[in-house]
Amino acid sequence: MREITYRQALNEALAEELERDPNVFLMGEEVAEYHGAYKVSQGLLERFGPRRIIDTPISENGFAGLGIGAAMVGLRPIIEFMTFSFSLVAFDQVVNNAPNMFLMSGGQFNVPITFRGPNGPAHQLAATHSHATENFYASVPGLKVCAPATPSDAKGLLKTAVRDDNPVLVLEAELLYSSKGMVEPPDEELLIPLGKADVKREGTDVSIICYAQTVPLALKVAAQLEEENISAEIVDLRSIKPLDEQTVFDSVAKTHRVVIVEQDHPFCGVGAEICYRIQKNIFDALDAQILRVSQEDVPMPYNERLEKAVLPNADKLVTAVKQVCYA
Amino acid sequence: MQPGEQRDEVEMLSLMLLIRRFEERASQQYQAQKIGGFCHLYIGQEAVVTGALAAVRDDDYVITAYRDHAHALARGTSADACMAELFGKETGCSRGLGGSMHFFDRKNHMYGGHAIVGAHVPLAVGMAFAIKYRGEDRVTLCFFGDGAINQGSFHEALNLAALYKLPIVFICENNLFAMGTSVKRSTSLKQIVDRAEGYDIPGEIVDGMNFREVRDKVAEIVDSIRKEAHPAFLEVRTYRYRGHSMSDPASYRTKQELEKYRLDDPITRLRAQLTREGKLTNEQFDMLDKRAKETVLAAVKFAEKSPEMPVEQVYDYVYFNGAKE
Repeated sequence: MREITYRQALNEALAEELERDPNVFLMGEEVAEYHGAYKVSQGLLERFGPRRIIDTPISENGFAGLGIGAAMVGLRPIIEFMTFSFSLVAFDQVVNNAPNMFLMSGGQFNVPITFRGPNGPAHQLAATHSHATENFYASVPGLKVCAPATPSDAKGLLKTAVRDDNPVLVLEAELLYSSKGMVEPPDEELLIPLGKADVKREGTDVSIICYAQTVPLALKVAAQLEEENISAEIVDLRSIKPLDEQTVFDSVAKTHRVVIVEQDHPFCGVGAEICYRIQKNIFDALDAQILRVSQEDVPMPYNERLEKAVLPNADKLVTAVKQVCYA
Repeated sequence: MQPGEQRDEVEMLSLMLLIRRFEERASQQYQAQKIGGFCHLYIGQEAVVTGALAAVRDDDYVITAYRDHAHALARGTSADACMAELFGKETGCSRGLGGSMHFFDRKNHMYGGHAIVGAHVPLAVGMAFAIKYRGEDRVTLCFFGDGAINQGSFHEALNLAALYKLPIVFICENNLFAMGTSVKRSTSLKQIVDRAEGYDIPGEIVDGMNFREVRDKVAEIVDSIRKEAHPAFLEVRTYRYRGHSMSDPASYRTKQELEKYRLDDPITRLRAQLTREGKLTNEQFDMLDKRAKETVLAAVKFAEKSPEMPVEQVYDYVYFNGAKE
C-alpha cells in the first residue's frame, strides 16, 4: 500500500485500462494536450498517443453521442465531462440513447461506455456549475451510477466501470481530487464491484449513510460525536445504482437509527429512495424517524457564506444525529 | 467494378415494390389497430434507400431516423421480422421492444431506427470513428430527414466528423416537410446542402425519385471515402406521399403538389427505364408486384401468429450481463 491522491488514483485506473484493452479510448474537452481540466489525464497523451487520447470541441451532446455510437460497434469509450454540470447539455444522449439501446434493440446492442468527471458542488461555482446529478441519472433504468469517496474506491470503481458492458457514470468529487488515501500497489489489480457499499467506520448508535463528498464530512462528524459518547457507523454507498441495500439494512438493524447525508437536492434525492427502502424492508428495526441532510432546495448561490448555508455541513449533520438519538 | 453495378436493377425494383407493399399493408394494419404507437410510412421515398444501399457493401454501417421500415427491409431484414416488430411480437427485429421507430438488425448492419430527431447523427459519427480507429475501409451511411438539420446534435456531429476526417455519408432525405413544417418555414438556407459547406464537408444534391441517380452518386462518394476517409453530405430531394405519421392527413400541402410528385413516382420511373431498355416486360413486373404482395401478406400472418414476450423477460433487457444472442 502507498498513499496517493484521488486524482492520481483515477489517472492510474485510466492508464491501466488503456494499457489492458486496445478498444478503450479517452475522449473529452481538454483531456489530451491540456492533460484534463483537473489534470486527471496527466501524461496519458504522451503515453498512448492522439489516436486514443482525444481532445474534442465544446460539444458535449456531440461527443457523448459519438462515444455511444462507437460503443455500439464494439469500442469501449471513456467520455470525460469537464463537469457533470455540462453533461446536462448531453442529457439526451446519456439518458435517451445510452441506456435505452439494449432494450430497444431487443438485446442486440449493449453500450459499454463510461461517462466520468467531477460531480456535485465544489466551491463558489454558483448555480450552473454546482449540479449534483446522481439522483437524475440513478432514476434511469439501464444506467449504472457510482460516486467514489476515496482514492482506492475511485481507482477500483473506475476500472470496473470501464470493463462493464453497460453505460456507467463515474461521478468524481471535485473537492476530493487532491485528497490522499492508501491504495494497493500498481502491480496489484484493484477492482471494486459496482453495487457494493463499504462500512468506512463501525459504530453502534446511529447509521450515517453517505457517499462521495459527504463521506469525509460524515467521518469528521463521527469523530466529533465520539467525544459525546455517540457511536456512529459510517456506510459509504460507493454505488448509487445498483444500490447495496443489504449493507444499509445490516447497519440499521444494528443501530436502529439513521441519518442520510447526501450532496444532491432533497426533492426526489438519493436519500428519499433509501428512506423508502429502509422503512419498507426493516420498519420494525427503527427506533426513530429517518432524517436527511442534503442541499437546501434552492439553486446554488455564489456568495461564500450563503453557499455554506445551503450545503450539508457538520452542524446540520450533528443536529440530525442528535435528534434521531434523542440526545 | 462499382458495388452498385453488382446489384441487379430488376432485383432493386423488386425491393422497392416490397417496401411499398409493406408500407401499404402496415397502414391497413395500423387502421385495424394491430399496430400501436406512431407509424411513419416511407411511400414515395423508396428510391433513396434502395439507391444508396445498392452502392455500398453489406458490411457498411447503416443508421437512420424513425421512418425506418424501408431501411431495414433494404438491408435484408425479413418482411416477417419487420411486420412482427410493428405488431409488438417477440419474433420482431427488435423483439417487439422497439416498435415502428426502432428497427434494429445487428446481423445485417442496421443500427436503428432512432426516434429523437437528430440524436442518432452523433451515433453515426461514433460508428465512423470506430471504423477509422480500427483502420477498416467500411463506410457509415447516416440517413435523416430535413427536420434534423436544425438540431444542435446534427451540427455538433458534422463538425466532429469533419474535424476527425471520418468515413461517413450524411444522407438528408429532404421530403420537404418536417412533420407539417415546410423546409421554407424551418430552414434559413436556400438549399439544405449548404449546411455542409459550413463544416467544410463536400455536399451534393441528387434527385431522390431516380434510383439510378441516387445509386451512382452514392457509389461515387463512397468510392472516394474508401480511398481516403472523409465525410460527405448528400441532399436527396424526395417526397412522401402520406402524412408525417398515420394520424396526419397532411392538410398543409395541396393535392396538386402531391399529384405532381406521384407522376414522378420512383417505382414507375425505374420500371419505365428498364422496360425501355428491354430488361423488363409488363408480365415480369406484374409477377414481381404479385410476389411482393404475397410476401407482405405472409408477413402479416406470421406477425399475427407470433408470440409476445413474457412480461418477466423484460427485466433481462435492462442490463447486459452475458453472452449475446
